[in-house]
This record gives sequence, structure tokens and C-alpha cells, in this order.
Amino acid sequence: MDPSRKRKIRFVAASACALILAGALVYTSFSASSEARTPSQLASSATPGEVYQLTGKVQPGSISSSGTTHSFRVRDRAGNVSIPVSYTGALPDPFRDGREIIVDVRKQGSTFVGERDTLVTKCPSKFTAEQKT
Amino acid sequence: MLIAGRACLILALVIALYGIGASLYGASSGRREWVASGRRAVYALAGVLVLAFAILEAAFLRSDFSFTLVAGHSSTTTPTFYRATAVLSSQEGSLLLWVVLLGLWSSLLLFLTRRRAREVAPYATAVLMGFAAFFCSLLVFLESPFVLSSPAPAEGVGLNPLLRHPSMMIHPPMLYSGYTLFAVPFAFAIGALITRRLDASWIRVTRPFTLAAWGFLGIGVILGARWSYTELGWGGYWAWDPVENASLMPWLTGTAFLHSMMIQEKRGMLKTWNVSLILATGVLAILGTFLVRSGILQSIHAFGASTLGIPFLVLIVVMIAGSVGLVVSRASELRSEHRLDSLLSREAMFLLNNLVLVGMCFVIFWGTFFPLISEAITGTKASVGPPWFNRVIVPLALALVLLSGIGPAIAWRRATVANLRRNLLKPALVAVAVAAALGAFAGAAESPAALAMFALSAFVLAVVTQELWRGVRVRRTMSGEAVPRALVSLVRRNRRRYGGYLVHVGVAVLFAGVAASSAFQTARDVELQVGQSTRVGGYDVKYARATGELQPAPNGRLEKIDFGAELQISRDGSPQGTLVTKRSFFPTSDPNLGPVSRFFEGEATSEVGLQAGLRRDMWSAVSPSVADLRPQIAEGDRVFTDAAGALSPEQRDGALAQALDGLTRSYAGDPPPATFRLIASPLVSWIWVGAIVVFLGGLVAIWPAPRTAPRPAAAAYAARVARELGRA
Repeated sequence: MDPSRKRKIRFVAASACALILAGALVYTSFSASSEARTPSQLASSATPGEVYQLTGKVQPGSISSSGTTHSFRVRDRAGNVSIPVSYTGALPDPFRDGREIIVDVRKQGSTFVGERDTLVTKCPSKFTAEQKT
Repeated sequence: MLIAGRACLILALVIALYGIGASLYGASSGRREWVASGRRAVYALAGVLVLAFAILEAAFLRSDFSFTLVAGHSSTTTPTFYRATAVLSSQEGSLLLWVVLLGLWSSLLLFLTRRRAREVAPYATAVLMGFAAFFCSLLVFLESPFVLSSPAPAEGVGLNPLLRHPSMMIHPPMLYSGYTLFAVPFAFAIGALITRRLDASWIRVTRPFTLAAWGFLGIGVILGARWSYTELGWGGYWAWDPVENASLMPWLTGTAFLHSMMIQEKRGMLKTWNVSLILATGVLAILGTFLVRSGILQSIHAFGASTLGIPFLVLIVVMIAGSVGLVVSRASELRSEHRLDSLLSREAMFLLNNLVLVGMCFVIFWGTFFPLISEAITGTKASVGPPWFNRVIVPLALALVLLSGIGPAIAWRRATVANLRRNLLKPALVAVAVAAALGAFAGAAESPAALAMFALSAFVLAVVTQELWRGVRVRRTMSGEAVPRALVSLVRRNRRRYGGYLVHVGVAVLFAGVAASSAFQTARDVELQVGQSTRVGGYDVKYARATGELQPAPNGRLEKIDFGAELQISRDGSPQGTLVTKRSFFPTSDPNLGPVSRFFEGEATSEVGLQAGLRRDMWSAVSPSVADLRPQIAEGDRVFTDAAGALSPEQRDGALAQALDGLTRSYAGDPPPATFRLIASPLVSWIWVGAIVVFLGGLVAIWPAPRTAPRPAAAAYAARVARELGRA
């Protein structure tokens, strides 16, 4: 076969493969993603069963535990709206009152149930912004 | 000392700017003395920055809380080792470390290459000094490590307890060495593009530094994983967190470059690809630093609303625009000297390996930045989690391991079917046998992906063993050496090749460990009372007794309180050892809390109980409940508040130690139920073993070749030239 024709065929085949793979990447990422939501957004509209990525702060004084199941409220970073969260499993070391957390939750009744092993707490001091007055 | 430190940074900025000017003027005017002056400016920069770092380090060691940075990141109760390394936990200290390492590595490079790459080096010097000027500007104008704390507090906040782990203290210098060393080939690539010297000489000059960058970054990444496994209370080693991903991306493109640069060296091909790859690696190294400090993505790590996001973004835009502009304008000089002869050749395998590595990098980039991408496309911020990363990365990892087996066994230019059969048939049979045995007898068929990874890892090991054996056999035929000696001489004579093979073995072992520990791990979160047992992965784990103890700091004051548990492991009634795990409670400096409750409202970290083995690890973490101690804690606070003023500081410290000792005894004597995370993880140790093998392979590859090796060839060549001249 003519070498330049061979190169063209290779190029078209490689481009087609790249396009298919890119399409698969886009499709899988959008279908597997969970939307980031604040407590106030979830409090106003949340579809039961759908997974959301909840971000907010642990409301001080709201943490209680029964065995490996922990209940607490998460409130907006700036604001007072909070929602109840129930999480079963080990809590990250920095988890405590007032800490910023990220957790995948699913609405069940009036409570948001955390997905196992998705709760992360922001490390409190590494590279935090200075408190400037 | 604060003023001296600040003066050093200002001087460093001036020197960096001078270095840029002198190098560029020297290169454009052809005046070598200016080029040499620019090079010496790099040495001076390194010296001044080391002095600034030493001043800061000394302040940490003597707990000089007049430095705001020291007061915010250290304390008198912080152990000496962590006091020495606490500087790295701050934004300002880590930026200073970045530029110190850049200065040191740049000095070493320019000293070693002062008689080589004379045209390219001045531009590379200017680029390196450009990076230094950028970081010095941040330290002088935005994030100075030398800020006065007035009045100086009597005690500092202390190092974040989560960072009190040896590997976490070695991790930043390793990562930053990797990032700054990747700036070296980046700078030389820019220099080569500017001067249009686009043969492989810039690659040869920087090769040891590229390899060192790859090695350091790899060590940094693996130390981070080890820290996560042994310090954080979740039992995993990789969470696909943006910060983890940020360090992995340049490592992947750097690995691709280390392979593809061989094709340019040997055959003059892939020039555009190589230069683009190393420029992308340089950009990704800066992107990692940007991600950590900009706060644009949610992560475990707290990226506060730092002021550094915009400057880093500007730097990245300048780097990308400059790189793309240079590559496009030099397109004609970057044409390959040869074309790919066949898809069945080592070049093609290297190219495929490059595509897989870059594909992995792209996937990780996509997943990491997905919140921003989805927001731009749909208007809603969404993110992908570890399951998505695992699903997409696993096939690519399988392809990568397969290619790392085929690569060493296939011929350059064009492989014949006979060549493939000769080199790949036996390893393929080994892989099939391993898959069949593990699938039939070890239950590995439950996870097809893990089984495939075990088979491919066996394939890589078989290929490398075969290659080594063939080489040894040839050496023995030539020199009659014994097998061990022949093996050593073989590796010594071609360190780069066999070092690379060792790296492939390490990667195969590492991936086998990842596959086994991911697919066959058993984890349980359970609440137990003393005397109760549970079952994890075929092992019985009994909560034997509770522990409680005070941990004094070297200065005699209390550093932390430990509440823990002793766990007895058995299998089918046979004792398998004991695990000791605890949770350390560090005091907070919050003045609103009582002296006793300060210890229970501050940071608490898990001290993991680990029984590591080549077959499996038993991992445990405990969360002791202190709820039952609350009345005693409140009572202690009340007593100390009432006695305030009646006790001297020494009496107060002594009484506090007694009160806390009483609490720990109370906990250990009558412990409430505690919750545990227990994990039985097979072959996880092979991840660390594989990483060590990769590191050793890198060392073999980077080690300079013995000077004696070229002599016979040089002598023979000289003799032939002499004969030819004699005939003329």
C-alpha cells in the first residue's frame, strides 16, 4: 500500500479511537457525577434517592453517636439553614463541631443519609488563609 | 533576625532579576562573561535563600514566637524533630522551601553543565531565574515568612497533629524536589526552542535531572500514600483527592517523557511530542502548586481563600502561551528525522505507552477539574468520586503493565513474528498459568480486573527474568564469569537499560499490590466492649483491654493524652499477634475552655495499629468514647477555675497532670464501648516493596556509567583513525 495512504488510514483510525474514548469519558463522568449542594439548597429541594455532594459546616453541639452511626446537622458556610445528616462508619480524625465537611448524601424521609466512606473533613491548618482583620 | 530574613528574600529577588537580565544579555550579545555572571547569580541566589531558610529554621528550633509563623505552627511541646520540620506545614515555609530547592538544583545543574549546551544554557538560566523571581516576589510581597508577632505569645499553636508523622515530614521536600527538578528540563526545552537547537543534546544534558525529578516526585507521592495509610484513620492509601492527583499528573507525563526521549535520542523522532511533553510536565508541576494554594477545588486539604491563586494562574497562562507559541513557531525544525517503520516495533510500543500514560493524566485532570468543567457546561457544580476514577483508570493501568512487559522484549524498528514468538511466548504462557492457578485455587476469579493484573504482572516479571537470563548467558559465554558476577557486570555495563527493567518489575509488583488490596480487602466498622470479639477477613479480633496514658513533651509539659485499645488477633483459634491502636488528644490553645477540657476539644488523631506482612496487613483504628468522662472533665475545669490565682504555674501544671492522670486511669479501668475500624488487606505491603524496587531501578538508571567502559572503544576507534590516516 502507498505509504502516505497508509499513514492517512492510521491517522483516521487513531482519531476515531480518540473520539470514541473522549465521548466515553464525557458520558461516564457526567453520568457518575453527583451535584454539589449547600444545606439550604437541599433543604428547599432534594429528590429522595438521588445522590448529592453536600458541603457545609458541622453545626456545633449537634453531634451524637450510637455505635458506629453518627447523627449531626450540617449548616451553610455562611448562614443558619441546617439539615440533619446520619452517617454510618468511621469519622475522619479532624471531624468535630464547626468543621467544614464534604459528604455524599441521599434523602431518606426527613434525614439525609451519608454514603459510606464519602465523608471528608477539611484539614484545619494546612495552608489555611490567614485571619485578616 | 526577622529583618535579616526579610533582607535575604529581597536580596534573592534582586539577584534573580539580575540573573535573568545578565543571562539574556549575555546570550543575545554573545558576551560569555555576562552568561557566566548570570550563572554565578544562580549560585548566589541559592546561598542567600539557604541563609533565609536557616534563619527561619533556627527560629522554629528555639521556639521564637516573635515570628508569627513559628507561633502559628509550632509550640514548646512539639517534639524537636517535628519542630525542625514544622516550617514545611505553613504556606510561607513551603513556598520558601520550593524556591530554596529550585536554587540548589539549578546551581548543581549549571555547575555540572557549565561547559556543555553553551547556547541553550543562558536561556535555561533565565527561565529558572524567572521561576525564582516569581516565588521570591510572592515571599516578599504576599506571603512573607518573616512577620513580627507583637507581643510574642508565651506558647505557640503547635504543629497540626495529623502532620506528626515521619513520612509527612520527608514528603514535602521530595515533592518539591520533583517539581523543581522538572523545571530544569522545562527550562532547557524552552532554551532549545528559542535557539532552535532541537536535536537530542538538551535531552542528554538534562536526562539525569529528569530522572531525578521523576524519582523524587515518585517518592513524594508514595510517602503521601504511606502517610494516608498509617496516619489517617480510614485505612486507605489513595482517595483521588485533588492534591494527590496534582502530584501524580506531572509524574505520569514525566514517565512518558522518560520513554519517548529515548526514541529521539536513538532515531531523531517525536521531537514535537517530546518538547510538548516536558513543557506540559513543567506546567503540571506548577498547576499542582496552584491547586494546593488557590482554593478553586474542594478537597480534604484546606485550601483557604489564599491570595496566591491569581499570581499562579497568571504564571500558568504565561507558561502555556509561551510554550505553545514557541512550539508552533519552531514546527519546521521539530520535524522527525525518521518515520515509524512498523507498528510492531519498540518505538511503536513506547508511543503506545506514552498514549496510555498521557491518557491516564488526562483522565485524572478531567476528574480533578470536573467540578469546574461541569459548572462551565451545565451551570451546576458536580464532582466524580473514587468509583469513577477506579473504573476509568483500571483498564489504562492494565494496558500500561502489559506494555511495560512487551516494551523490553520487542525489537527496535521492526519486529518479526519469529522475534515476538521467541521473546514473548514463554512469558505469555507464565501469565496464563498464573491466571489459571490464581483463578482456580485462590479465588482471584471473583475480581476479573485483579486477576488480569496478577497475570500481567507475572508476564512482566517473566519478560524481565528472561531478558536478564539471556544477557547473563551471553556474558558467561564471553567471559566465563559465574552467574552472580555475570549479572552484576551485565547491569553495570548497561545501567540505563537494566535500571529501567527493574523499574518495570517494581511497577508490576506495585500494581499487583494495589489490585489485591483493592479487590480483596475486608473492612468492618464495629462497636465493641472489652472482652467482645468480631470477625474480619477470616480473623477473629478481640478487644482485650483499654489503655490510657499521658504523653509528656521533652520540656516536661503535657504533649497529649492517649486513649487506646489492645486487640488480640487469632485465626481458627490460633493466636496471630496483638494490635495496639490509640487516639491521641492534643490540647487546644482556646482561652475560653477550661484547662482539662482543652485536651478533649482540640485536635485528635488516630494512631493506627498495624500488623504488616507480605501476605496480608491487619489494620485497626479506634474511636474511644469520652462522653462518660464529661462530668469529670467539667468538674476538673471548675476546680481549676476556682483555684485560679491560688496556685503557682508549677503547682498548676502538677495538679493538672494529676487530674488528667486520674481521667486516663478512670478510662482504662472502666472503659465504655469503643468503635473500631478493622481491615484485613491482602498483599498491601507489596505496594511499598514495589515502590522501593522502582526507586532502586531509578538509582541504577541514574548512576553514572563506569569511566572504564568507553575506553576500549575509544582506543579502537583511535587506532582505526590512525590506520586510516596512515593510509592517506
